[in-house]
Amino acid sequence: MFTILENRMIVPNVFVMRVQAPEVANGALPGQFVIFRAEEDGERIPLTLADWDVQAGTITVAYLNVGRSTAKLATLRAGQTLPTVVGPLGKPMEIDHFGSVLCVGGCYGIASIYPIARALKEAGNTVICVMEARSSFLIYWQDKLRSVSDRLVYLTRDGTRGKRGHIGSLAEVIRTLPMRIDRVILNGCNYLMMRGSQETLPLKIKTLVTLNTLMIDGTGMCGVCRVTVNAETKFACVDGPHFDGHQVDWAEVTQRRKAYLPEEIIPLRTTRPF
Amino acid sequence: MEQLVKKGLDLNRRPMPKQPVEVRRRNFEEVALGYDAKLAMEEASRCIQCKKPGCVEKCPVEVDIPGFIQAIADGDFARGVRILKAKNSLPSVCGRVCPQEEQCEGGCALLKKAGQIAIGRLERFLGDWEAAQADLMLPQIAPPTGKRVAVVGGGPAGLTVAGDLIKLGHEVTIFEALHKMGGVLVYGIPEFRLPKRIVEREVDYLRRLGVKMVVDYVVGKTRSVDSLLEEYDAVFVGSGAGLPWFSEMPGNNLNGVYSANEYLTRFNLMRGYTFPLVPTPVKGHTQVAVIGGGNVAMDCARTALRMGAETTILYRRSREEMPARLEEIENAEEEGVLFRYLTLPVRCVGDERGWVKGLECIRMELGEPDASGRRSPVPVPGSEFFLPFDAVIHAIGNSPNPLIPQTTPGIEIGRRGNIVADPLTGKTTKPRVWAGGDVVTGAATVILAMGAARRAARSIHEYLTNPGEW
Repeated sequence: MFTILENRMIVPNVFVMRVQAPEVANGALPGQFVIFRAEEDGERIPLTLADWDVQAGTITVAYLNVGRSTAKLATLRAGQTLPTVVGPLGKPMEIDHFGSVLCVGGCYGIASIYPIARALKEAGNTVICVMEARSSFLIYWQDKLRSVSDRLVYLTRDGTRGKRGHIGSLAEVIRTLPMRIDRVILNGCNYLMMRGSQETLPLKIKTLVTLNTLMIDGTGMCGVCRVTVNAETKFACVDGPHFDGHQVDWAEVTQRRKAYLPEEIIPLRTTRPF
Repeated sequence: MEQLVKKGLDLNRRPMPKQPVEVRRRNFEEVALGYDAKLAMEEASRCIQCKKPGCVEKCPVEVDIPGFIQAIADGDFARGVRILKAKNSLPSVCGRVCPQEEQCEGGCALLKKAGQIAIGRLERFLGDWEAAQADLMLPQIAPPTGKRVAVVGGGPAGLTVAGDLIKLGHEVTIFEALHKMGGVLVYGIPEFRLPKRIVEREVDYLRRLGVKMVVDYVVGKTRSVDSLLEEYDAVFVGSGAGLPWFSEMPGNNLNGVYSANEYLTRFNLMRGYTFPLVPTPVKGHTQVAVIGGGNVAMDCARTALRMGAETTILYRRSREEMPARLEEIENAEEEGVLFRYLTLPVRCVGDERGWVKGLECIRMELGEPDASGRRSPVPVPGSEFFLPFDAVIHAIGNSPNPLIPQTTPGIEIGRRGNIVADPLTGKTTKPRVWAGGDVVTGAATVILAMGAARRAARSIHEYLTNPGEW
């Protein structure tokens, strides 16, 4: 059992949860993920680590309340427990001195890009963080991201904060920056990572994405997370979750991601509380 | 033998009651119902108590089979349990899932007369009889040795090592990656063949013996083997199956295409057959293809059938070459699983939404025997044909789990990604690390993993009590 220390809606429908899980915190590296279960007999939910504190023995994740299982997660309060917290899983993000790195986060990706940006900054890179959202009220963790970046760029669809635009304006954002970008890292929904990769392809900038495929065990046993990268089948849980965004077969990722959309809605059609 | 038959030797193997076909093909309750005491005693009384028992020779964990059979015949079930459990800590499991026809029952003297003793059913009877008693008999535990052993993986191998070493007085902790103990016994083998309460019972027995169990803990990720070695005197790795194999053909990443591991895990570990009561989603498929001819293929097909799908097993050789146990093939046939032999899928065909809609297949014919002694299938040119399916399950095996090999320096890895271990002792090339089960052999059976674990436990005990050169 793992005790929840904090679980709050930080912007509409996005939740940040902090949990006591000392062993996971102890081994955590940027870009790795954990699997939660919200209840006994519950689904195994993979979530990218957004922060951790080795001293306090805590980990932090962000999630979007979207289906039956995240809806259940959202009902939990500090002091309650999760039956499963397992990790850290997956390979960590490659951290090195690359020069100038653009870290783009949208939705829950704003949180998960944070430890990656922090590690890149510590490795001596110039870090530029881009926060992408529909509107200013969906932006969070500005202070945390500011503390690990040399420059912070806001990109909102309605222009209520920073530049008006969306992930499809990424090439333009890059062009207006005063420095050459050596690497781009995209964290967020599928669409953001796919569209962002399309933007950087003509600019020939190495682009890494953190895939959020379906998973069950998360340890290389079930194979539901398979994805075609550079014409080869990879398992996101053990070979990834980070891949070259220019080599990912996005049509396939999108199609596989949608496999259980109707089924994820069925258990929500109830008047009983979760 | 002739004389024995004349003297009234009973060659009538007592059948085990089963759920009627028309009922069981629509539920997930256990198919075989087990012997009652009367049937068990009748069956046990048929045993001729060989001086040199062939059954024991063929048992991977060397159970004193004539001993426990005699106890059943005498009606002394408690004695039977003691004899059985001296060598096998998981009798209810093995009685159900061991391939007895290749092992103990294959060594029975009465086999020649087709009257071999139903050893598996008797083993199961004793295991279940014990569980039904108010008091569980706990064996004698040796005085504490002060030695600590870490076991990686809570499947058949890990549970066996733990059971053997705890009785010898060592402190044992099992680390399991999933949220339930049991490994393949809980994620793989379906409820209708091995009810999960039986696994829970066996796991609980080990817990009462003092085995510590940590679930949700991925050795190789949460903590490395090297780090465990700082705290434990010995580490046994029984991390089991890894990356599933898919037949080499285009279209395997279409929606509706599963590995057997995924399909079975959704239904067993995650209890998908009760969806939407549990939140892990499963699809309501109508026409399911299962590729492969082993026990796992039978498990997948019989699960799909119970979910209401018309289910077909596609196998590239003929019925004779199928590696599954005959009993499982017959159960599947009775329940209405369709079989297409000499059929090789060559392409998964998808619709415009990315869902599988069928398989392009080719007819095969049997040619010369290959390395395995089975006649190898050869495609018949121009015999391609199409079969419609809305789900395809690949049940053709898997490679050993890669997490420990990837994260443990100094451990020798074989060509197939397996951990290299001495077959007699389970010792790996890394000092104080033993391994056994699927992570060493690749996909095999529960009992072979248990046999390897028993030998490793013996070697670990020797090393802990008298450490020498590695």
